[in-house]
Amino acid sequence: MRSFSVTFVPAVLTGLVAAPALAADLAVKVEIPTLNVAEYHKPYTAVWVERADNSVAANLAVWYDIKMKNNEGVKWLKDMRQWWRRGGNALTVPVDGVTGATHAPGEQLLEFSNGKAPLGTLPAGSYKLVVEAAREVGGRELVSVPFTWPPKKAETLSAKGSAELGTVSVLLKP
Amino acid sequence: MTFTMKSALQLSALALAFSFPLAAEAHRGWILPSATVLAGENPWVTFDAATSNDLFIADHNAMRIDGLKVVAPDGSEGKLENVATGKFRTTFDLNLTQKGTWKLYTASSGLNARWEESGQRKMWPPRGIQPTPEAFEKEVPKKADKLEVTQSSRRFETFVTSNKPSDSVFKPSNVGLELVPVTHPNDLFSGEKATFRFLIDGKPAAGAKIEVTPGERRYRNAEESAEFTADKDGQVVISWPRAGQYFLEAEYEDAKAAKPATKRTGRYAAVFEVLPQ
Repeated sequence: MRSFSVTFVPAVLTGLVAAPALAADLAVKVEIPTLNVAEYHKPYTAVWVERADNSVAANLAVWYDIKMKNNEGVKWLKDMRQWWRRGGNALTVPVDGVTGATHAPGEQLLEFSNGKAPLGTLPAGSYKLVVEAAREVGGRELVSVPFTWPPKKAETLSAKGSAELGTVSVLLKP
Repeated sequence: MTFTMKSALQLSALALAFSFPLAAEAHRGWILPSATVLAGENPWVTFDAATSNDLFIADHNAMRIDGLKVVAPDGSEGKLENVATGKFRTTFDLNLTQKGTWKLYTASSGLNARWEESGQRKMWPPRGIQPTPEAFEKEVPKKADKLEVTQSSRRFETFVTSNKPSDSVFKPSNVGLELVPVTHPNDLFSGEKATFRFLIDGKPAAGAKIEVTPGERRYRNAEESAEFTADKDGQVVISWPRAGQYFLEAEYEDAKAAKPATKRTGRYAAVFEVLPQ
């Protein structure tokens, strides 16, 4: 005889159905907007987790011109000026799993696991997920999404840039 | 009437109560870096050195930089390259071959004197002559009408940082009026406050008068300087109303001078860059 079990899904968890199925504990979506400009360069972008005192808790991604000869692309990392002063200026690049090439317009999805590099283990507390983008012959913008760690429920928090960044979302999974 | 040590000591108690406006200097000498926050391997910075009224417009005289010193993060002396003196400015380049904060400065201190002989005003050192302590002994009378001997110091500084900032170059010389930054001078942002501490001969320069003026002077009508007075710890808290380059001037005066001086004065100036948020 076949036994048939049904798992009763309480109403309070139905929100989970709408959330993306994630393996990661923390995921970040960064939208790089399409811009109609004469001379377009893909933006230098930094994604990091920041503590309440503005110090960098974890560098999650740094996209820059990694292909320039003599590693000259690092010269403009300082144009991401809040990332630079809050901790970027102490980072030696490249960093496996963090640094990479700049991205064309579109959405980037980054996934991180608690306890594993580059997210590492964040002590409980209030943080901000910050994205800063600087574009050659273009603008510079910073978007910040506050969140509490560890997450008590699965949710997506987001903020939107107005010029150099589109929507930045933080997807949390407890 | 001649100054005596006793009357000088009586005056020193009153010195801090003196309130004086910043003695205006017709032209300001400045050294302006092309950038103060640098990234990459061994970045280069270029500088303009000039004296002018309007900041930071080189339209008057090139600055002589014979006495200019460069201190690297490890304390060694840096090397200026491609030095050229033109009509209105001296320019030079600096290769930041170490990570950290570099300081460029000129500093001098010494005695000067004023007195009267038969109603004629005399001053020492004579204009354009490099003073020496031996010359002071020979040329300045021990007693004279309205003799005033002043121990004075002057300093100019600017700072640039390659990659991660450091603070080794903030170590004071303890001579004259100088700045010990509490907020790093290459971490200045508009809308934020910076705390700077002033010392006179190594002690808090309480009561020092500080004036901060933004650059881009040509493109507005008013000077828009802000004034501050150092507290008992020699500290001031400066707010930067907008991003840009700034000129800071500080002045200090009291009667706590070493003999034969009866007055001690110090002047300090610096150029800072304030970045937008």
